[in-house]
Amino acid sequence: MRLTEGHAGARVLAFGGYQPARVVTNDELAQTVETDDAWIRSRVGIASRRIAGPDETVADMAVQAGGKALAGSGLSPADVDLVIVATCTPEVQIPNVSATVARRLGIVAPGAYDLNAACAGFCYALASAADAVRAGTARNVLVIGAEKLSQWVDWTDRSTCIIFADGAGAAIVGPAEPDEAPGIGPVYWGSDGDLADKICIKDRNSFIFQEGQAVFRWATSALAPIALKACEKAGVDPTELAAFVPHQANLRIIEAIARKIGAPQAIVANDIVNAGNTSSASIPLALSRMIERGEVQSGSKALLIGFGAGMCYAAQVITVP
Amino acid sequence: MAMTEQEILAGLGEIIDEVAGVPAEDVTPEKTFVDDLDIDSLSMVEIAVAAQDKFGVEIPDDQLKDLKTVQDVIDYVRRAEVSA
Repeated sequence: MRLTEGHAGARVLAFGGYQPARVVTNDELAQTVETDDAWIRSRVGIASRRIAGPDETVADMAVQAGGKALAGSGLSPADVDLVIVATCTPEVQIPNVSATVARRLGIVAPGAYDLNAACAGFCYALASAADAVRAGTARNVLVIGAEKLSQWVDWTDRSTCIIFADGAGAAIVGPAEPDEAPGIGPVYWGSDGDLADKICIKDRNSFIFQEGQAVFRWATSALAPIALKACEKAGVDPTELAAFVPHQANLRIIEAIARKIGAPQAIVANDIVNAGNTSSASIPLALSRMIERGEVQSGSKALLIGFGAGMCYAAQVITVP
Repeated sequence: MAMTEQEILAGLGEIIDEVAGVPAEDVTPEKTFVDDLDIDSLSMVEIAVAAQDKFGVEIPDDQLKDLKTVQDVIDYVRRAEVSA
């Protein structure tokens, strides 16, 4: 039996992001649930979030972000032979989002699958894409995190409706040049099913539930060592990091992890302030905007860490495209 | 060897300074977290996580809510050390 010939390393060629048009401010939420702007800002760090239109689907948002990443990469749709969409909020279970997105972007007959690792989904998908390129089972991969959490939120539950939002982020992953250092480091991933009931949607008629304090405790204690493991696996010292892009779950969690990892040069993503928690979309969305604003330079190192329900987590160091 | 009250207080001062930006010298035993030090429930969780690293004493969420003053935490850590 023959095997595919792969590549020594993979890299991200481009990122892209998409946010729906409608802005929902804290003041608007305070009209329907008992909360206020100051409380929301102090507890979760969110000033406003974006919510998809009633007819706007996860696939619609994924197409927007994926199209931008594809355009930024300089590749044509024909160059892409695998599409992975990380999502935990698809409107339907079948068909999957990825095959629909591929068709709408003109990517013909790629491998296409959806991946659910909740808010850790993008980092799982990025690792899977990098492995596929390295193994030679794909040449170039479109990786997307896309979520419409608004359709799973109880808008009368002030513990969750202030947090979750909609959006999409994408990356194109391809082989590193033969003489080039790999641009996607080894993933450090895992899960803790003992805490699986702390964030859940119990059944198809239920809304998202989160035990905030338990999740906060887990996040502020477990994640910094995980982030540092990813640096160690990549052979990158935290002091070399130009950016730290954790899942945008809660600004307080982000700041707590950032304090512990010892990366004084790293700009810390705080996209949550105006994007809310968009689950698997948050990391590529945040990073695409940091790149657009010129906050991180091409060739510099960024540490990504996704974490969420399950409790699934995944972290890796990448080179910014 | 069990820590003295002074050692626990000094350790707590460092933790609270780091977590909540409250100067360590303001952290005195009679102070309440919420009213005197302006520390909210999420910062209390962070303090509990840091206390576990520093003192080796776990403070679960259901115990944490009963710790109102700095002295309460000192007493909790000392009791836990004795029973450990």
